[in-house]
Amino acid sequence: MVNKMTDRKQLQEEIAELLLSQKLAVLSSQTPEGSSYSSLIAFAATGDLQQIVLATPRATRKFANIKYNPKVSLLVDNRSNKEQDLHDAKAVTVMGIVDEINLDASQNDLASLYLQKHPYLDDFLHSPSTAFLLISVYRYYLVSHFQEVMELHIRDENDLSAL
Amino acid sequence: MKTTYLLSEISHTAAKAFGGKAAALRRLQEAGSRVPATLCISTDAYRHFISQSGLKEKIQLELHRKNFSDMRWEEIWDAALRIRNLFLRQKMPEKLAREISNIVAEHFAETSVVVRSSAPEEDAAATSFAGLHESFVNIRGIDPILEHVKLVWASLWSDRALLYRQELGLDIARSTMAVVVQELIAGEVSGVTFSVNPADAAEGLVEAVYGLNQGLVDGAVEPDRWVLQRKEEIIKEHYAPKREKFMAPQANAVILTDLPKNKSLQAPLTPEEAAEIYRKAKKLEEVFGKPQDVEWTKVGSDFFILQSRPVTARQDGADDDRRGWYLSLHRSEDNLKKLRVKIEEVHFPAMISEAAELAKTELQSLSDEALSAELENRLLVKEKWTSVYWEDFIPFAHGMRLFGKLYNDTVSPADPFQFVELLSITPLLSINRNKALQKIVVYVQHHLTLQQSLANGETGNISNTEFNGLMDEFIGLYGDPFCTSYGSDKACDLSRRELINIILQMAGSTLNEGEKLNGPKANKAALETAFLKRFAKGENRAQAEGLLDLARASYKLRDDDNLLLGRIEEQFFLALQEGKNRLGKRFSDSADSLTENEVIHCLVDKGYKPGPGKERKLPTQKKNRLAKARQLLGQPAGPGIGRGLARIIGSTGDLGMFRKGEILVCDAIDPNMTFIIPLAAGIIERRGGMLIHGAIIAREYGIACVTGVPDAATLIHTGDEVTVDGYLGIVTIGQSDTGSAGF
Repeated sequence: MVNKMTDRKQLQEEIAELLLSQKLAVLSSQTPEGSSYSSLIAFAATGDLQQIVLATPRATRKFANIKYNPKVSLLVDNRSNKEQDLHDAKAVTVMGIVDEINLDASQNDLASLYLQKHPYLDDFLHSPSTAFLLISVYRYYLVSHFQEVMELHIRDENDLSAL
Repeated sequence: MKTTYLLSEISHTAAKAFGGKAAALRRLQEAGSRVPATLCISTDAYRHFISQSGLKEKIQLELHRKNFSDMRWEEIWDAALRIRNLFLRQKMPEKLAREISNIVAEHFAETSVVVRSSAPEEDAAATSFAGLHESFVNIRGIDPILEHVKLVWASLWSDRALLYRQELGLDIARSTMAVVVQELIAGEVSGVTFSVNPADAAEGLVEAVYGLNQGLVDGAVEPDRWVLQRKEEIIKEHYAPKREKFMAPQANAVILTDLPKNKSLQAPLTPEEAAEIYRKAKKLEEVFGKPQDVEWTKVGSDFFILQSRPVTARQDGADDDRRGWYLSLHRSEDNLKKLRVKIEEVHFPAMISEAAELAKTELQSLSDEALSAELENRLLVKEKWTSVYWEDFIPFAHGMRLFGKLYNDTVSPADPFQFVELLSITPLLSINRNKALQKIVVYVQHHLTLQQSLANGETGNISNTEFNGLMDEFIGLYGDPFCTSYGSDKACDLSRRELINIILQMAGSTLNEGEKLNGPKANKAALETAFLKRFAKGENRAQAEGLLDLARASYKLRDDDNLLLGRIEEQFFLALQEGKNRLGKRFSDSADSLTENEVIHCLVDKGYKPGPGKERKLPTQKKNRLAKARQLLGQPAGPGIGRGLARIIGSTGDLGMFRKGEILVCDAIDPNMTFIIPLAAGIIERRGGMLIHGAIIAREYGIACVTGVPDAATLIHTGDEVTVDGYLGIVTIGQSDTGSAGF
């Protein structure tokens, strides 16, 4: 039991570290026809790994996709585009459900979190044409050592659907 | 981290850390020259400031918006203004501010200073392009000094520096800026000495003015000039100008002041003094090992050396290099005030009366020979005013920019273009024209039978005299907007049909133009009050008001001049059309493709056969739809979001097809086109700039506008669904994948 707790804590720390070290991630959404659609985005994650925020102009495909289907996944990794990435790089796949949040309302902590990581994006974030999005995470998959995969459950997916 | 040092603490070889100017000053000091008390702020301070604040990436984002080669000078100015505002609004990190404040308080607590740029690159290239970075004279107090240090940093990215970025070796990722803060020595006489005359290597040159040498450097005060024999160090010639003005420190600035009578009759230096300062420059040439250009000021009998740098020939670049012309657009307030008088009192009345005079001639009653002469005359008149447009009207637009800089320095608003709000108080001629058009629209809305007849195409035989009167009055006052230079692919007598189409479009729409006009007046008035409140003291207040007034004139005249030029052009095109109509019988269809000179020639020489007409080049539309643009980036020139079908406007004829709610896509909005703008849901322009005509009118109407989109008119096609994001400067082409995306 003690070991299990420690493992979870270690895994959590490892994921948190990776999320903190990276500024950009790949967001996967789904088109209404059912194709997957990937986009490079700037993100920030809360320390407890429960939430991830990002911003996008509303006229984009990814915004239309998530309005249609809010289930998304995110890939964050620390590749360096070198051979040793195969054993050295880590990647985390995030599963979650996305929702638009109102910047004017009580969610200012999340905006600060985002701007602390990306201070150069404040004009972009505050533009009326930009949507600020919150991913409520239900699961992480951490891949390291080429093929080792660890899962971290944050909450039950079905609980999130009801959000 | 220590960033700020006394001049005596730095090494003269440390140009990389403290910039070329600081290193040269240190060398002067070591060589025994008298230099003002100086503090040096290293490039580490700049680097620390921009990385701590996230400014580093913001500058990169701003300058990577599009390729430099695609940027017009106006866009470069806009980018420089945005970057300058970022520096103004960003607070200095506390530790850094404390360090600089402490040392400034110790040495310059009660002293007026000069805050000068000292770029590490300045040693090499910038000497040939002096004045690309900024210096500020007569600054007093710790906070103002810190503010001006930021402004000197910002000037690393000034429009001038960006124009000469290659020569300066400006590297967006790596370039830095050091600063020197010097005691302001208000000498009675100041000047510049060249140990070698750039124009003749056997000579040396001394230039001197009364007061500070800012007047000499920026050309506002003509100096006395002594030419010396370089070897013998004796005076060959003395050129005395008409001495009228001098630069003096006043309040927080330096101002141009009338020279007292006794001084205007006397040269600022005696021949002995001129020879003395020349010998000093020669000595400095030995110290630096190169001919020197030495800036100095004289207090009593002492010469203070302000800076010394290698003499280089001024480089203006190749013949096709227009940057010299762009830089010449930076005019002083004084110069612009004179220009305003010339434009308002001379040019505009002349244009109005010239257009009216031309309109008196009944073209139909002229013989072919007389028509040819008339057309030739109208071509000359048009060319004359086009050249006045470039020489006087375009430079006058700088009045807006001058005010914008003052406004941002004073208010540091979140939106660096907020100042434009204050300029749009007086109605522009094109807004007045749109209101006049609206009057006809309202009449048509209230007369359904008339509306029906117009819709049925019965434009030639409308018997409603009131309506005909309104149309004649409109065309009499403003000209027929379809009969001008823009494309001019329609005969002027057919163009009334097009105008009526637009009137019908407007009549069918529910929008009320009065309501659509942007911004409540109250907001503008509040901004103006808040701005002027910052100037409590009489003199400064009057200066701020004067500059605001100048900027308003500049804003308004930049619109009016285009419309007046349009009136002149209309007269030219009427004559050209008449000529082509007559020649139509001789050349059948090909008359339309004749150039103006061919028409002039053909009318008098019945046997003349022009060469094969040039085929009109249409913009090539890329047929390959497999690779196409989805999202394009430009400048956010008018806030708002507009969505609709694109309408590419290539010529006046296309305007007639414009439908309410469409997105207007064009190369550049010609002021003669602006009557269509109230119908548009958004505007996209290839030509870039925040203060260009299209952007100004879009803001007046509160229409989303993105300018400076390269290839806009070829990458976007008529009928494409387009979203114009005027907040971020993004154009999205094509539908969102779900119609129900819902925003």
